[in-house]
This record gives sequence, C-alpha cells and structure tokens, in this order.
Amino acid sequence: MMRTWHSARRLLPLIAVFGTVLAGCGREDLSVLRPQGPAAESSLGLMKLAISIMIVVLLIVFSIAAYVLIRFRRKPGQNEIPEQIEGSFKLEVLWTVIPLILVIVLAVPTVRTVFALGDNHSGDKNAIKVKVTGHQYWWEFEYPDYGIKTAQDLIIPAGKNIAFELTTNDVLHSFWVPSLSGKIDTNPTGATNRFSFSAPKEGVYRGKCAELCGPSHGFMEFKVKAVSNDEFKQWIEAQKAPAVLPEDPALAQTFKEQCLKCHAVGDQGLSVGPNLTGIGSRESVAGILLNDDTRQDGAPVEENLKSWLHDTQGVKPGNLMPDPKQDMGLTDDEIDRIADYLAGYKLN
Amino acid sequence: MDWITTVDHKKIAILYLWAGGLFFGIGGIEALLIRWQLIKPMNDFLDAQTFNELITMHGTTMIFLGVMPVIFALMNAVIPLQIGARDVAFPFLNALGFWTFLFGGLLLNLSWVMGGAPDAGWTSYTPLSTSAYSGTHGVDFYTIGLQIAGLGTLIGGINFLATIITMRAPGMSYMRMPMFAWATFITSAIILFAFPAITVGLVLLTFDRILGANFFEPGAGGSPVLWQHIFWIFGHPEVYILILPAFGIISEVIPTFARKRLFGYSSMVFATILIAFLGFMVWAHHMFTTGLGPVANALFAVSTMLIAVPTGIKIFNWLFTMWGGSVRFTTPNLFASGFIPTFTMGGVTGVMLASAPADFQFHDTYFVVAHFHYVIVGGLVMGLFAGLHYWWPKMFGRMLSETLGKWTFWTFITGFHLTFFVQHFLGLMGMQRRVFTYLPNQHFDTLNLVSTIGAGLMGVGTLIFLANIVITSRNPMDADDDPWEDGRTLEWSIPSPPPEYNFKQTPLVRGLDALWKEKTAGNKGMTPAEPVGSIHMPSATPLPFIMSVGIFIAGFGFMFSRDNFSSGFVSFLFNNYIVTGLGLLITFGAMLMRSLYDDHGWHIEPEELEGR
Repeated sequence: MMRTWHSARRLLPLIAVFGTVLAGCGREDLSVLRPQGPAAESSLGLMKLAISIMIVVLLIVFSIAAYVLIRFRRKPGQNEIPEQIEGSFKLEVLWTVIPLILVIVLAVPTVRTVFALGDNHSGDKNAIKVKVTGHQYWWEFEYPDYGIKTAQDLIIPAGKNIAFELTTNDVLHSFWVPSLSGKIDTNPTGATNRFSFSAPKEGVYRGKCAELCGPSHGFMEFKVKAVSNDEFKQWIEAQKAPAVLPEDPALAQTFKEQCLKCHAVGDQGLSVGPNLTGIGSRESVAGILLNDDTRQDGAPVEENLKSWLHDTQGVKPGNLMPDPKQDMGLTDDEIDRIADYLAGYKLN
Repeated sequence: MDWITTVDHKKIAILYLWAGGLFFGIGGIEALLIRWQLIKPMNDFLDAQTFNELITMHGTTMIFLGVMPVIFALMNAVIPLQIGARDVAFPFLNALGFWTFLFGGLLLNLSWVMGGAPDAGWTSYTPLSTSAYSGTHGVDFYTIGLQIAGLGTLIGGINFLATIITMRAPGMSYMRMPMFAWATFITSAIILFAFPAITVGLVLLTFDRILGANFFEPGAGGSPVLWQHIFWIFGHPEVYILILPAFGIISEVIPTFARKRLFGYSSMVFATILIAFLGFMVWAHHMFTTGLGPVANALFAVSTMLIAVPTGIKIFNWLFTMWGGSVRFTTPNLFASGFIPTFTMGGVTGVMLASAPADFQFHDTYFVVAHFHYVIVGGLVMGLFAGLHYWWPKMFGRMLSETLGKWTFWTFITGFHLTFFVQHFLGLMGMQRRVFTYLPNQHFDTLNLVSTIGAGLMGVGTLIFLANIVITSRNPMDADDDPWEDGRTLEWSIPSPPPEYNFKQTPLVRGLDALWKEKTAGNKGMTPAEPVGSIHMPSATPLPFIMSVGIFIAGFGFMFSRDNFSSGFVSFLFNNYIVTGLGLLITFGAMLMRSLYDDHGWHIEPEELEGR
C-alpha cells in the first residue's frame, strides 16, 4: 500500500508537467512540434511514428514491471525458494523478434526520409540560392544570383525552395530554424554543406546556432523572414540601391572612417563585419535585442542600437567588434547619433 | 603510507571509490551551478565564459573522473572475489592504473586555479578547441590530463582481461561466470579497442596546440570533421564502457533479491557481446548533422536502431527474473528496479535519436541532454548506487542504513525525473544545448525552473547517501559473510571484508551461481579445490605512485613549455623541456628500478592462515 502511494506521488509532478506542456507545445515560430514547412513536417512525421512505437514499448515494460513488483513482493514470513527457471527459448525469441519488427517499421521511413531530405535543390533554377556563413557570433547571408549580402535577417520569398550552401569563417556553427527544418553544421570550406527548405507561409521564424561556438553561442540567433514574391523583389532592389549616409557631413565622415572599416552599407564599406544595409528595418539588433515598438518582447530599434553600441561586450560577450568608445574613441553623443541614423536606415 | 604503496585489489578499490567520489562531488557541484544559472531567462549568476568552462568540466569530470573510477572501484572490489582469485593478474599495474588516473584527474582540475579551465565542451570539437580560438591553457589541461588518466583506464582494462581469462577458479567456465564478471570482461575489451582512438586524438590535438601542427586546422589543410570521427570512434563505445557494468550490477542484484537465477543467462551474455560489437559501428550517429550525406546517415541510422534489440532482450530478461520470484525491496534492489523503467526511457529516446531525419531536429538540443542523462544518470548512476549499497558490506564489513538508503533512493529518483523528463520538451520546443542563458518568452522558463528544482533534489539524495556512509562508518565491522542472505556468487562465501588473500583455499565451482548451488545442495560453503598451502603475495611498493608523479610532472612541463614566466629561471626550465625531462626521468627511473630489482613477494604460511 505504502509503495503504491509512493509511486503515485512520484508520478504527480510528471502528470502536472505533461499537462502544461501539451497545452503549450511552444511558440509557433520556434517549436519543432509546430512545423511551418515541409522539411520540419517530415521530421515531425518520423518523430510521431517513433514516439508512438516507443510509448507502446514503454507501456508494455512499465506494466510488466509494475505487475512483477507488486505481485511477486516477498511477504512477511514467506521463506520458500522459488523455482529456479533457466529461461524460456520461446519467450526470448519473442522479445528478439518483436523489437526487430519495430526497428524495421521505423527504419524504412527513416531511410526514405533521409534520402528525400538529402535533396539540396542546388541545381534547381527556380530555387533561391543563399550562401550562409557562420561567424562568431552572427550570420551572413549572401544571395549570389543577386550580388547582395545581408546579416542576421534572412529574407526569403514564401513558398519557394531555398538552396543553401553553408560554410563557416571561424569555428563550427550549426544553422537551425526549428519550425522550418532540422539543423545542419557549417563546416569550413572544403566540407561545404548544402541543404534546402521552404516556408510556405509568410512570417518571421526564429533561428539559432546549435553548435557550441564560444561564449556567446547562446546569443547567436537570427530570423528567417518569409515574405511575398513582390516584397522579396522590392527588398532585393532596395538592398542594391546606393548607400544612405548620415545627413550631417561630420557624422557621415566619422561613420565612414570608423564603422565602414569593417561594415558595409549599400555599395560602400567592407563586409568583414555584418552588413548594415537597412538595419533599421531588421527584426533585432545583434540577433538578440528584439526590435519591438510595443515593448512586449524587446525595445524600439534606436534604443536597442544604443544599448548595443554603448556596451557591445555586455550584450554579446566575446564578440569581435571593437568598443566604439574605448577602442574607436567615439563620444557618447556620436554613438547616440550613429544609433539614431542606423535606426532610421530602413528599406522601403 | 600503507595506502600509497598498496597493491591489494580491495584497497585499490577503496582508493578508486574515494577518488572517484571526490571528482563525482566536484562534477555534481558543477552541475548544480549550471542548473542554477539556467533557473530563469537572462540570468547573470555566471558569465558566459565560466559557464562554458563549467559544462566542459562537468561532462569531462563526470565521464572520465566520476563514474569510470567508481565502476573501476566496484570491478576491483568484486571481480577477483567473484571468479575465485586471490588478486588481479598484475597487482603492480593495478596500482599504477589508479595513480595515473588520480594524477591525470588532479592535473585536469588544477586548471580551475591555474588560469582557465577547458571551455570547448567535453567533445572539444576543433577548431574551437585549437589555440586560435581557445587561448588559455584550458584545453591543454584537457588533452594532457585526460591522456594521463586514460593510461590508467587502459592499464585497468588490460588487467581485467588478463585476470578474467587466466585466473578463474577451477570449474568456472566462461558460461558459469557471474554476469558482472561478464560485463567487466566485455567492458575491458571495449576499453582495449576504444581508448587507443582517444589516445591518438588527444596526441594529435596536443601537437596542434603545443607544437603547432595542423591536423585539425582548416586553414592549413587539416580537418575538423576528422576530430569528430576520431572522438566518436572512441566516444560511442565509451557509452557502452559506462553502461555495460551497470547492466552487470543489475544482473547481480535482481537475482539475489528475487531469490531466482537470472532469466535467460546465455542470451544475456550474447546480448552483451552483441551490444559491444554494434557499439563500435555506430559512432557517426553523433554526426548526422555534420553533412556526411544520405547514404552514410541511412547506414548509421539503421545500425544504431539495431542496438535496441539486444538491449530489449536484457530488459525483458530482468523483468522475467523477478517474475515468479520472491522479491525483497532492499535499497540495492530499489535502485535496480528503479533502473529498469528509467533506463528503458533513456533507451527508447536513443532509438528516436537514431532516426537521422528526426535527429536533424533533436541533435544538440535539450532532447539529447535529456536522453543521455537518462542513460548515464538514470542507468549508470542508479546502477552504481545499487552496486555500492549491495557490495558495501563486502567492501567495508559494515551494512549501510536501510532507512537512509531508501531516503536516498526516493529523493534521488524523484529529483532525477523532475530534472530530466522536462528537458525532452525543452529540446522539442527549440532550446539548444550548451547555452549559458536564453531569452524570455520562448516558453522555456517554467520547464527550466522545474528542472533546476529537480537537480537540487538529486543533490539532496546524494547528500543523504554521504550521510549514510559517515553515520554507518562508526558502526562495528560486523557484517556477515553473506549479509543479504541470498548471495549467489563466490564473493559471499568469504568473510566481509575479505582477508588480504581472499580465499584460503581456491573454491571449486560446480555450476552457475556457485555459492547458491552449494547452499541449495545443503553445504555450508564452497568445496575447496586445493589443500591449505602457502599463499604467495605481491609486495607493497611506492613505485606506481612515483611513476605517476613523474608523468604528472612531465605533462605539466610539456604544457607550459612555450610560456614566458616572470622569472627567467623558471622560463629556462620550462622552455628547454627540463621540467618535462625531469618528470620522464622520474618515471623511467622508477621503471628501471622495477626491472632491475627482482621482488619475489612474500608468503602467508598455512600456520598463519589457520591461526586466524
């Protein structure tokens, strides 16, 4: 009696947690359990099959275990020696064959899906080609067909297949947009990876780096923004347009001298660091300071840019950007004005 | 002094236990710090660098310095007794194995106070672990510390292989060997084949870091994926090095407390061999997202799933051992019966992970964290708790308190499931592993809080276990030869703790579960296979300790051979490999002494044996 009560008490928290989880299942733009594209759906399909098989297995094991533990408990005064059974050929064959069948049931669709997901669309004329490069701790997205580069926000046309080619500039990273597709590592050149996914629905999806890459590994986030075909074309044109520099000539000079040594805007500057073209219209600053005028999930973009520029190491420890004040000698006022300018640099 | 010079397997077992317990404690504190940092989003309790050092050291410490030595402790304490031997085949090497493990572990943990612990994850994937991206000496402590500790493991493995092959008592054929002896045998074979891989990997990485080689440096033609292959060709079998001994323990505990022989003994043996065999062929399932291509992924997916079959055989055999038995719930058996469902849960998620396309989502998330903790903590650590409670009276001559033992079990298992069950869902909801913090509003907050509370409870369970040891250590050493009353194997036929020669007369084994067979035949103990005679014993010696100190100094000197110290003299010593040379001189000097000075050991004479 005592024992059953104990087991029940042990299960209570699990049941409670199960309840909350099933009610939630996570965010639509993030959770593996709420797929928003075909690649993530096929992974989830396999997961559902595997989970069903496993739950059946667990139920069998748990019920036999529970039965055995209750039924064959030694009672007080019980002192006889049970029969010493050697084994049972039939039973042992049974629990060899059944798992084997279960494995085959899971293995067949697994192999099929492996090959289906192996299709990388690199030869597909209709696919949008994107070269992804991982950096400590930001993502670079290059569209070789259009000759443009951007960072942190990957803009894609909804419904189209995206053919990715992935590498890294430094250590290994792993490119992961849970609601759209499984992850793939970014290896250095020579071991370039290719894969593909599509997002049928317009929207913003959260992406993450899944391979330990240094202190700010957890902050190496990005967004995938699926937009309509027309919007995508407009965005491409706006990206290609000449750079918009600060109106104040003195500030423009400082910006050119200090920031464009590493960053690029439009046709100017170098692309060592993240490309800043149209940074004012991005979803986040530095991947983690979410731009949100309603202040529910983050702060307005100019505020985020200021937090970033005033304390780059505090926001993203270990990143390679020199500190604007300490290392580049910018004044607080200059930093704030550059932040304001960047916040106003929007595409469209 | 006695402890430094001992070559007795029972004392070495206790040394392994205390040292392993110490590192286990350090690893546990690291775990609690990690969980405390993750209790809420954007927590600033730890900074990112410290967090990465903690996860690296937690993984490395737990695997190499926490659980493996405790496994070795049990093997050392039990195996010679179970097979009716007076010691292991090479007692001197046994001591050497322990000391190299201890000094390797000490070297690794010195990194905390000597300028930066390793921070590239316990897998140390390159190029993050190369000197370009990991500038402190952290990863050097990892490569050299693990190299030295690994020597000990390899020595231990070879020693057990030799012991089990050559020193079984008369009548003990392989198919009459207790399951724990079988598990030790197979585990040692895995060690023999898997550890050379990590040895090579660590040497290459050391060369890259200290001598400027380019095995893993992509810019100079090296391959980071090569490191992953080398690491996992060792790393996957390592999982079986850890879990097979637990299987062995469970296979001893359950029959004893069910009063029934192990169901399907021969299928258990072959399942163990099969698991070990398959374990070597599935390493790339840790690398599905590396981009090996669909053919490799498909092959490794299917071969991984196959491991479920022999594992399933074992689970059902254990359940059917209890079926029809007379099951007594002592603490060891509580842990053993808790092990079965818990380990099964870790096993089924393993099959899920084997499905490569699904693994594209699971990989490097908290789902994986949950899975391997279910296997390693829910499987191995529960197995070790079962084994420790079970063999404690044999090792120390004292029973642990059953009341405290039951408290340990219930707090530990409740805390365990609370900690790790929810992590499956965290992973599926998009939380990647090894993140030092996470943004709010991602539905991660509550589950992380639950997980941290669970970790605290596991900590409490472990403390109760420690309290149990401390409290019962004041009791008199009065445990019976066969304190659980239903002991089935040879170790229960001799006093607790055993005399230093174990068996006055080597026993004659007449079947599986040798002691049980004699008991049911109405005999009081084992029938001896030899007359009482003079027993040859190896001499105690400080040489293994001295050799290990030498290796420790050499490793230390090599690691700092490129550094500039504030004192020119110290720089001179290190930069010219003088410290390294000195260390090697000590080691080789001790080896030379061992070779030149013939130590014939000593004898315990029959009169002395009878006098006791």
